[in-house]
Amino acid sequence: MTIDGNPAAADPHASVYDGLLGGDESHWAFGTALHDLQSDDPLAGVDTAVARGIDHVALAAYCLMLGDDALIMSQQLSQWCAKAPDLEEDIALSNTALDLLGQARLLLARAAAADPQLVPTLPEGSPVPAEDALAFFRDEVDFRNVRLVEPGNGDFASTMVRLLVFTVWRLAIFERLTDSHDRVLAAVAAKGVKEMTYHRDYAARWVVTLAQGTDESHRRTVAALTGWWPLLDELFETHPVERAMADSHVGVDPSGLRAECEAVLDAVLAASRLEHPDASSMTGSGGRAGTHTDAMGPLLAELQSVARAHPMGLW
Amino acid sequence: MTVTTLLDRTAGPGSTDLARATRVAEAVTDPEMPMLTLRNLGVLRNVVFDEDGQLVVTITPTYSGCPAMATMRDDLTYRLRQAGFDDVSVRTVLEPAWSSDWITAEGRRKLAEHGMSPPGPATHHTGPVPLTLVMPRRQVICPQCGSDNTELSSEFGATACKALYRCVDCREPFDHVKEI
Repeated sequence: MTIDGNPAAADPHASVYDGLLGGDESHWAFGTALHDLQSDDPLAGVDTAVARGIDHVALAAYCLMLGDDALIMSQQLSQWCAKAPDLEEDIALSNTALDLLGQARLLLARAAAADPQLVPTLPEGSPVPAEDALAFFRDEVDFRNVRLVEPGNGDFASTMVRLLVFTVWRLAIFERLTDSHDRVLAAVAAKGVKEMTYHRDYAARWVVTLAQGTDESHRRTVAALTGWWPLLDELFETHPVERAMADSHVGVDPSGLRAECEAVLDAVLAASRLEHPDASSMTGSGGRAGTHTDAMGPLLAELQSVARAHPMGLW
Repeated sequence: MTVTTLLDRTAGPGSTDLARATRVAEAVTDPEMPMLTLRNLGVLRNVVFDEDGQLVVTITPTYSGCPAMATMRDDLTYRLRQAGFDDVSVRTVLEPAWSSDWITAEGRRKLAEHGMSPPGPATHHTGPVPLTLVMPRRQVICPQCGSDNTELSSEFGATACKALYRCVDCREPFDHVKEI
């Protein structure tokens, strides 16, 4: 392709920008000519057969829980994109959101592979992959995330306190999942541990910084702790699916993680010179059973509306 | 562990084709760091013909959310088809999880040549991952001026695999590929 004259005259698909690409057609490979059917599947080529002795329905339900936690948390953090206090934090929060979205994709794809009946039915011929069908075409009652991830971000201190609580808990789960008898789950967890090590340190440093910063940042950090603490208990309640998966060495019983998680949180609070919040627990059966807070509906509407308007869409 | 040890180079029928396919696959570049090949990056894990004669290329993601995976798959398929290998399957492998330790010596040299600081050795934990409240101190050399008087701006950079540094001496910002 020359950059002289008008390339469009010779080729109806050409544009004036073609010369910038150095004639390398592979730049256009993504999402266009070579759109292989498997191309976007995060588990393309991974052996997703469920091992003998593992209940595939419970495994899928369990992956949905962990996947939904990551999906909704990612959706929250991504809302800081282009709005964070400075460019470094903007990039950090977007990176964290991206890592969690990657975990969500793998876990939702794993859920769909383990139990295809879980995947919402779409119009015949729809190109929407199973992971997207689960993310965009399930109703609120079918989501299995904990309620901690549902309320809006609030201010920067609130965002950091929630991210700290979330990553302390999720990292503890994922560390144990690296020994899961489900090989896919173990592999997803091993990658996730590496990623969330960075997320947890990032959130913890910010909590210390804000707590010891100005009077205003201290006040906001204390308010954030008080605000999020009622959602802590739910993280350590065991749903029957979690218990069944823990019993078959596939999943983790979160009730056994409380002491370890609180020790990490206490270390951050001590470095921050903050008191342990005195807040009573939020009641209700919780997100794992499909009972969500008022924030969940509007959040899902924003997350899902475009995909739902175009069930035949190819993205 | 390096890619070289993983690539199947056993002699036998079709070994010339396999060597050629391996060369083509090894030359495909990373979409976000195009100075590196997928081999330099340690993302390309295996190239082999299966029993049915299909060319099977195995890659592993650097990070769970790496948005470049689909592009890598398409690029590999495209280059191998261009080279005459019509029946190609590009597969993902998730374990063992990618480590920055897999970036080859050549890859590290190219990173430095292009103004990026290559990663140090990754930490391998046994038991719970310790919380690190102080910012990590790495021996990072400025790829522009060679000074070791550098400071971390952010643990998160322009892509998932990079941290952002700046040189106190020459004042230039630069990327450091993170240890993972």
